[in-house]
Amino acid sequence: MAKSIVQEFTKGLWAEVPPFRLVLGLCPTLAVTKSLENGVGMGVAVTFVLVCSNVLISLLRNAIPKKVRIACYIIVIATFVTVVELVMQAYAYPLFLQLGIFIPLIVVNCILLGRAEAFAAKNKVIASLADGLGMGIGFTLALAALSVFREILGNGTLTFPFIGYSIHNVLGPSFQPFVFLVQAPGAFVCLGLMLCIMNMLGKK
Amino acid sequence: MRDMIKLFVAVALFSMVAGGLLASVREATKERIEVQQLTFVKGPALSQILEGCTNNPLDDRFKLKDNGKDIDFFVAEFDGKKNTVAFESYGKGFGGDIGVIVAVNLETDEIVGIGVTTHSETPGLGSRAKTDPSFAAQFKGLSINNPFKVKSDGGEIDAISGATVTSRGVCAAVTAASETYKQYKNEIMKNIQA
Repeated sequence: MAKSIVQEFTKGLWAEVPPFRLVLGLCPTLAVTKSLENGVGMGVAVTFVLVCSNVLISLLRNAIPKKVRIACYIIVIATFVTVVELVMQAYAYPLFLQLGIFIPLIVVNCILLGRAEAFAAKNKVIASLADGLGMGIGFTLALAALSVFREILGNGTLTFPFIGYSIHNVLGPSFQPFVFLVQAPGAFVCLGLMLCIMNMLGKK
Repeated sequence: MRDMIKLFVAVALFSMVAGGLLASVREATKERIEVQQLTFVKGPALSQILEGCTNNPLDDRFKLKDNGKDIDFFVAEFDGKKNTVAFESYGKGFGGDIGVIVAVNLETDEIVGIGVTTHSETPGLGSRAKTDPSFAAQFKGLSINNPFKVKSDGGEIDAISGATVTSRGVCAAVTAASETYKQYKNEIMKNIQA
């Protein structure tokens, strides 16, 4: 573990970006990337849970008995997810309606348990924080990239998160939206293309 | 054996702390969540059917208990008189319960308007109960004591073409609302005057 804190942070942004390199957390990646707003909303929620659970699990890594560690991790993760769900209902209700069931489903997202088990349980708090933050931001960027692509081609619009501003007809008024891309099969095709591009770029 | 007890204690402690934390977050956000739900789910339908009222029905609301369930009643003011009350009721549609807000004039017992809030009907067919105003407009001005039925069942309401089950569901919801209204009219009056 000679890696510096900065390296722990930056690995999540490119070298180990969760959906494309680790191929983890595909359920939300496929399901919520219909629009940029949803993608980024989901990414922020996951980042928050990931940072909190990583820090807490790292703090308690010596207190958690080895035999029941998975159960303890799940309790920690589920608690933070429920906090996010409640806060989102209270302050961003339209986003909550859009994401719906996929917020509680963050609990079973492999990234969270994966980082808890593979990283936070073995490393110091600061390193775990950097790891969680990097992975979370990497995940958010990945979702944003995928959803920008799908929203522009599949719907012809682009909605910016948080400020509520949206552009209609990004590709001009005569553009016929390629609706296939915002449906479920389109998500698989886009993800496949993304993985392909990532592999090509990483091959050098 | 001692190991087992240690494991139990660890998990129990974790669950206790988590439970306590969640309860306090829930308590802290409860009121805001309720307001948000009212604004985003019932708000649009309310402002549509109570167009022209001079107060904010979302602020002017009270609760009554009906078989252990809370019903929200929204009071609207027209021409300086608080004479209209709106509340939600449910009827069985094609894909599940359809929520319908019914606004009733307390002086004439006439329906001021109805609006669909939540539904899981087929997009493009049953969903028109919410998006097509001409269907909901049929209920306007009818007495709450009318039997609400679609024409194919011997009533007066024109069903949405291709969505008879949905139309029946809306009628059932309005019928349920009429029962609630009759049952609680006196209490509603009391609450408004208070």
